[in-house]
This record gives sequence, C-alpha cells and structure tokens, in this order.
Amino acid sequence: MSDITVPETTKADWTSDQEPRWCPGCGDYSILTAVQTLMPELGVRRENTVFISGIGCAARFPYYMDTYGMHSIHGRAPAVSTGLAVARPDLDVWVIGGDGDMLSIGGNHLIHALRRNVNIKILLFNNQIYGLTKGQYSPTSEQGKITKSTPVGSLDMPFNPISLALGAEATFVARTHDMDRKHMQEMFRRAHAHQGAAIVEIYQNCNVFNDGAFHKITKRDNRDAMLINLSHGEPIRFGIDNERGLAMSTSGSIEIVDVDDVGEAGLLVHDEAAPDPAVAFAISRLATAPTMPTPVGVFRSVERPEYAAEVNRQVAEVTAAKGAGNLEDLLRSQPTWEVS
Amino acid sequence: MFQCRVSGESTHVAPNKDGLSFVGVALVTLRGLTSNRAGCQVGQTVIHEIEGTDVTDTASVSSGATSLDHIIIRFAGDSGDGMQLTGDRFTSASAMFGNDLATLPDFPAEIRAPAGTLAGVSAFQVQISDHDITTPGDAPSILVCMNPAALASELHRLEDGGTIIANEDTFDERNLAKAGYLDGVNPLADGSLDNYTLIKVPMTTITKRACADLGVKPRDADRSKNFFALGLVSWMYSRPVDTTLDWIKAKFAKNELVVAANTAAFKAGHAFGETAELSGHRAEIRSASLEPGTYTNINGNTALSWGLVAGSQLSGIPMFLGSYPITPASDILHELSTKKHFGIRTLQAEDEIAAVSAAVGASFGGHIGVTTTSGPGVALKGEAIGLALSLELPLVVIDIQRGGPSTGLPTKTEAADLMMAMYGRHGESPMPIVAAYSSAQCFDAAIEAVRIALKYRTPVMLLSDGYLANGTEPWKLPDVASLPSIEIEFATAPNAKNDDGEDVFWPYLRDPVTLARPWAIPGTPGLEHRVGGIEKQDGTGNISYDPDNHAHMVQIRADKVAVIADDIPLTMVDGPDDADLLVLGWGSTWGAITSAVRRARAAGHSVTHAHLTHLNPFPKDLGDVLRRYPKVIVPEMNLGQLTKLVRAEFLVDAQPVAKVKGQPFTAAEVFDVIEGALQ
Repeated sequence: MSDITVPETTKADWTSDQEPRWCPGCGDYSILTAVQTLMPELGVRRENTVFISGIGCAARFPYYMDTYGMHSIHGRAPAVSTGLAVARPDLDVWVIGGDGDMLSIGGNHLIHALRRNVNIKILLFNNQIYGLTKGQYSPTSEQGKITKSTPVGSLDMPFNPISLALGAEATFVARTHDMDRKHMQEMFRRAHAHQGAAIVEIYQNCNVFNDGAFHKITKRDNRDAMLINLSHGEPIRFGIDNERGLAMSTSGSIEIVDVDDVGEAGLLVHDEAAPDPAVAFAISRLATAPTMPTPVGVFRSVERPEYAAEVNRQVAEVTAAKGAGNLEDLLRSQPTWEVS
Repeated sequence: MFQCRVSGESTHVAPNKDGLSFVGVALVTLRGLTSNRAGCQVGQTVIHEIEGTDVTDTASVSSGATSLDHIIIRFAGDSGDGMQLTGDRFTSASAMFGNDLATLPDFPAEIRAPAGTLAGVSAFQVQISDHDITTPGDAPSILVCMNPAALASELHRLEDGGTIIANEDTFDERNLAKAGYLDGVNPLADGSLDNYTLIKVPMTTITKRACADLGVKPRDADRSKNFFALGLVSWMYSRPVDTTLDWIKAKFAKNELVVAANTAAFKAGHAFGETAELSGHRAEIRSASLEPGTYTNINGNTALSWGLVAGSQLSGIPMFLGSYPITPASDILHELSTKKHFGIRTLQAEDEIAAVSAAVGASFGGHIGVTTTSGPGVALKGEAIGLALSLELPLVVIDIQRGGPSTGLPTKTEAADLMMAMYGRHGESPMPIVAAYSSAQCFDAAIEAVRIALKYRTPVMLLSDGYLANGTEPWKLPDVASLPSIEIEFATAPNAKNDDGEDVFWPYLRDPVTLARPWAIPGTPGLEHRVGGIEKQDGTGNISYDPDNHAHMVQIRADKVAVIADDIPLTMVDGPDDADLLVLGWGSTWGAITSAVRRARAAGHSVTHAHLTHLNPFPKDLGDVLRRYPKVIVPEMNLGQLTKLVRAEFLVDAQPVAKVKGQPFTAAEVFDVIEGALQ
C-alpha cells in the first residue's frame, strides 16, 4: 500500500469542506484529528482510501474526510466494506462505527468480518452509550446503568469488545482512547499496516450522555496508574513508578502483582504474535469496567491469509486453469442438440 | 367419466408439418369420449392434441408403438427413491430426442421425511410433445408409483382412465399402513383402480436379480430401482437409450459398482417392457418441429445465472454476488460460484442483510452488485435496497418467489411478492421490477435487470418463482452477437465548478435523459466524494435537510423509474384488438395462459393475452391495451396483486383470478376461467 510516488499531503488535503456536526467537546473530534493528521504519514493516496460507516454519531466521520466514503445503514458497514474490499482489493478500506452500530445491530457482521479476515480497518468508537438516539444504554454500558430506557437500571451483561474480537478469530486487536492522539495514531498505523481485518477499540467520551465514563483511566493524571500499556516482547508493567505488573496465576488467569513481590522475571512478557489467543483473552478480562487498571495497546497481531486476496486468488487460478470465460461456450456447457 | 379436453394448441400445428404423415398413426380411440368439442369427435381418424389421450387401447403402428402428439408423465416415490433424478433423465433423453417439453418438479421441504409416508412423497411431472407447448400439462396420463404413499398422494392428479405403473414389491402391509391403507386394504388388489390401466411390476425384485451377479449388495441394488422405472418408461415411450447409459457412466464414474447396478437396472426395465407383453402400452412421440437452431434443456435458475453472467460480459462490468442460501434460490449461488473465470466473485454471506450490503459495497467499487434470495430474504434486505436507491447505485435483487408468508412453502411456488417488490421499503422508494415468464426466458430477464440497474444506477428487482426456477424447457440458444450491448462509462473528470471557480465533482449531477448520476469509483483521482443514505442535496450530494430539496429528491427518484418506460418494450400482446376478453398475466402464468388462450380460440372464443415483463414502470401502452377490451381477467398466484395495481393505475375493471395452492395454474384451470368470463 505504500507507494514511493505518492505525492506529499497535509492534514488539509484529507479534510473535506463539510463542517463537522458533533457536539462541542465530543471525543469524536480528537479521533478525527488523529486520523486526518496521520494519513499524510501513511504514504497512501486519497483516491485509494475509502471510509465506510453505519449509523450513529461516529458514522458521520466519512463526510469529514476528503476521500471516497459512504455513510451506509445501521450496523452494516462491515458487510458493505467486505463487498467493497473483495471487489477492490487495491483500496484501503476503513470502517467507522460506534458501540451500538458495531456491537448491537451490526454485531453479526463485525464478528464475521473478523473471522474472514477481510482487509478492513475497523475503528470502534466505544462511548458506552447511545448518543444519536439521545442516551439509551448500549451493549457496552455497565450493568445497572440508569438511562431513559432503563430508569431503574440496565440488566444486560455488557460485551467486552476486545474479548469478543479475540473470540471471533480476529488477527489484529487493539485498544486506545481519545485523550492520547499519539497512542491512537500508533494503533491506527499498526492497524493500517496489518494484512487482514484489524479492529481498534477507542474509548471515546460522550460529553453529553455519558460524560467522563473513561476519565478514571484516561485523564492525564490517572493514566500511569490506570492504563496498562501492552508492548510486544516486554514484561507488562504499569504504575506511577512502574511498580506494578501482570503475572499469570496458576489457574491461568492474569492478575495484577507488585513487581517487588514477584520480581521482574515473574512478570508476564507480552506476546502479541502468540498463535493461541488464550493469553491475550485473559489479559482482556483484567478490567471489567474502565474504572479499574485497563490494558491498552495491541493485544494480538498475527498473520493469516487475507480474505479478499484469497477470493481474488481463486478467481485468478480458475481463470488461468479454464481460460477467460466465453459466453458461447457457457451456453453450450450442457448437452445440446441441433434442430435443422 | 373421461373428459376430453381439446387444446387450442392443435390449431397451430398442421397435421402434416415437416412432411410427417399422420395417416395411420393416430388411431387413438378415446374410451368414454362424450365431448363434442371442435376437433375432438369420436371416429375421427386424426385426432390431434388431445390432452388426456388414453394410450392403453391403441392400434399399433409399424414400430409396434402408437404415435402420440404428447404425453404427460408423473413420476412419484419416496424422497429417497430418486424421482427427481429419474424425471430429469427422462426429460433430458426426450430433449435430446427433439421433443418440446416442460417440467414441474414437486417435492417436499424436508430432505428426507420418514420413509414411506405421505409427507415424504416427491414427484416430477413432465409433458413431452411433438409440437410447441408451454406447460408441464394438466392431468398426467401416466403415473409411476414407487410406493403406496406415492399412489395415495398422487392418484387424484391422474386423468380418468390413465395408466398406473406401480412397484408392487413395496405394497406390503407396513408401507400400505404408512400410506393410510389400513386393515389389509391393498389398492393394487381390491379393484379400486379398475377405472385405470394398472401395470404392476415387481421392480425391486427384478432390479435385485439383475444386480445379483455384479457383486452389489442387495441393499445397494435396491437403490437402483428408479433406473428400472426409467428403463421401463423409456421403453414405453421409445426414448433413446444411449444418452441415459452414457450419463450413468459419467455421473457415477467414481463408483464402478454403482454404474454397473444402475445400468443393469435400466436395461432390466427396458427389457421388461419388451418381454412382458406391454407392447400394447407402447407409444412414441415424434420430435417437435422447433425452429432451427441449437437447443439445450434448461431450468430457470440456470438460465437466470447465465443471464447474469451475460449481463456482466456484455457490459464489461465485473459481477459480485452476495447471497445467503435459501430455497428455491440457492442454485443460482451454486452456479455462479463456478463462474469465477468470468470474473464473478461470490460471497456466501453471514445473513441476507450482509449479502445485499456487500453487494452495495461492491457496486460502490465499480462492480455490478447482485443478491439472490426468496421472499423471506427480500423482507430482510429492504433497508439495504433503500440504501442502494438513495445512493443511486446499481444493484440487482433477485427474488425466486415461494409460498408465504413467513417460512410458508419453501419448495412450492407462489407469486405473491409483487407488492413487496413495489412497496416493501420505507419512504417513497420506487424501484424497477422485471419479471421472468418462462424458465428459458429467465436468461433475457436477467440481462434486462442488469441493463436497467447499470444504465439507470438503481436497484432492480427481478422476480422469478419456484416453478420457473426448477422447471425445464428446451431453449434455442441465442446468437451471442444479437444480445443487447450495455455501454457503461465511469466518471473520470470533474463535472462542476465551486464558488471559487475550481473544478469539483458533484456526485448527484444527473444525466438529463436517464436522470442517472455519474458513477465515479474509488481509485479515480480528483473525484473523491461521499455518499450516504441520509438525504442529500441534488447535484452536490452534500447532506441536506432542506424541505424543498427533499421534495425534489423524492420526485426525482420517482421520475428516474418512470423514464425507464421509454426504454422498455411495449406490452406483449397476443391476439386481436377487438377480442371479447383480455387475459392479463405476469411471470410464470405465461405458459398456462398461453396454452389456455390457444384452447379457447380453438373452441371459437375471441380472446387476447397480454403479458407483462416489466411491472415498474409498466409499458407505456398498458393503459390503452387494458381499456381496449370489455373484460379483463388477471390470473395470478396471489390474491390479486397485479389486479390492484392496474385498477389503481388505470381505473379499469380488471378481475383477479387467484390461485395460492403452491402449484402453478394448469391450462385447464385458466381455460375454465376464460369460458366462465365469456358466459
């Protein structure tokens, strides 16, 4: 996808003439800026870049990118993108959606796009609330959430999007948050470089209906103590003085330990390329809510044949074997007889 | 009492066409004949095209076989008895022989209902003839029954005095009881079938004997008994033998024992006819005088698949099929998945919605997106079809209709999705509708759907049904050079200027004639743009909530479909302008209406048949056509959906003729309706 002849661009080249219409203070603005400022660094062409979204606040995103784009229908962006990616493997296809769009109405398409490993880059804007419909609980809202549709508390067990993606055979799974542009861009860059389906969960603040949902972990002063940065090949440590870390218990679960207690050698070394997603899954289970120390970074990045390339490989191989299709031959491919 | 029905088709067939002499051929006497309708009188030496002809009391001709102009055979057995295969082979042999034909497979939704039960009966009806026919026939004259359940389930269809060929080995107490014959009743022995000609054959026993020396296990030999039946019927109707034997070799090439067993069973059946003094039952049906050309026997789903391939080839636009398996549409997915060398990409999606959504995504990328399904799937796809409509991108939605609502009758035919095709989306969301009218014509209908979708950048609904999908007919292969050319160009350059005078691309700047918007595909530099299902400003495509713009866009989307009327054929009209009655049809009723109208004319009635291949927009002349006739009836496999549409559109007093039994109309039913309407 990188092309040395690609002309240099700036953020302005990737910014459309449409005024964003998100609420002032919405986390979506910082994600948009992160993407618009990252694109010039990726060495890609605007005309070969497509943003596809479903419905929701986040789904307005494509209108603000000066690329090809489609604002489709609720939940279906991964399916629309699958068709586009299969038809046009030459394109960079980004999928934008929120937690309702991707995990509720579109949950089926998300998991199937992940297991197929279609070459699409999915940015999941998770704000744990329905914004565009004005504040109902979402499939990632914590249990007991009081909203307009749950006046005495929501009953549903929420999804953990990282666990879900790992369970759906995803080959690239990462988490970031809207208050750290550098970290977001690093995750997006990694997702873009990945050959196959990549999903990046972005903790995103909805300052109108769920303000501060992630502040206990994402505010600058809280990050050191509450965000557990995953770095491939490194022992997993965090804390204000890097004094804590992750270790695997004898039962196979992951627990937070004091480095002083277990020693550096007792810490879990992060392996994002592990063929078996079991440890990544265990890490994803560490935090059940964004109020506890929460892992961010790349949970898993493994190689597996990419779907669109495989579809097009089959087309090429069959064509090579049979020769390009000929209509005359097709019409005579069943037994025929002559009437004179 | 035997009812003689005279088909009007006879009037189109000269008795001596192609120099064939019928003298001494059709000494067919009609037992119990009382009708005195034209062309069907006792004592006439040449009696032509009499449906329900009795083949049992016949004089023989030189070959030892009576010559008939047509025959209707129904093969019936357990789902595991291979009746579809048997019927299909008989059909193919007849096609290769040169008969005209039409078939009606009729099977249950269960893959294998409990063996021997009424629920498990699978049947296959075929009409073969020496002249042009349009239906698989009304009542069969021959019923092949592989077990008691088949007899119990299908006997009511057999014409009075018809012939039953029964595998008597299966008529034991257990199987009889499963079929509802209790307390020792055996219809083969109790005289209850005396009004028919009954041919009892121990098919299982003879098949096992024939296979005894081949090393085939008796249980496996039992599975070959359908080939015994096929051999017997092939002998009775003088079908060519070699094509079937060659087919057995090819089909079962992986298992020599199966080839040997099936071949032995087929030959045993053939020999049984020869040796068991069945010569009085033998007949032959001469080849039909079809138009010169190369023919193949094709079912609707195959023809439709090939039409899609042709649409892609003729336009040079690659095809993407998103589909989710559903009866009776899955065979299109199967067929197109073998057409990768035509550049066709197929995706078996996770659900119906993903299937159509992926097709929309592919269309955005410059392919022609197609999705195939049946009624339940269309119901699920509605929102995404609306998206394609709003995006103004090409999309072909194929609905192989089946009995509804809900799961309904998955393997049975119906044509009750017309209103869903017209109106089954929220908002004002018109889309063009093309309907196929015969199995072979599905080819042309598919090309037409692709053409309209591409040219007008719109989703198109293509309606077929289970009857067309699985039924077969001989098809004269078209000259590829004569197929319509579909010329489509992608946008390559800016088409407008912004306020600063810079070149820009407006995705909704329309062609003044077709009202189609430019199709600028990703990868085209300088034409980057966003589209969405949200309302947009005409021209720029930017999001717009302006009231006047929305009114304008709603009207534009309606006009876009309306202008297609200038680009489609006028109504197919067969018959005089001053007829006493117009029979209006759409879709698969064409065969039955055509046949019935021929009969009505032969009976002296003045009847015209109009048939619709395009249901939205209607042909430009349809209003004039409808107003020309004092009476209009509309046979439909629903409760009157087209009737409602034409009444609303044209204020004509069209009367519905409904049939919703999971079975196509027979010509006899339509004929009776015509007679009733003219009284």
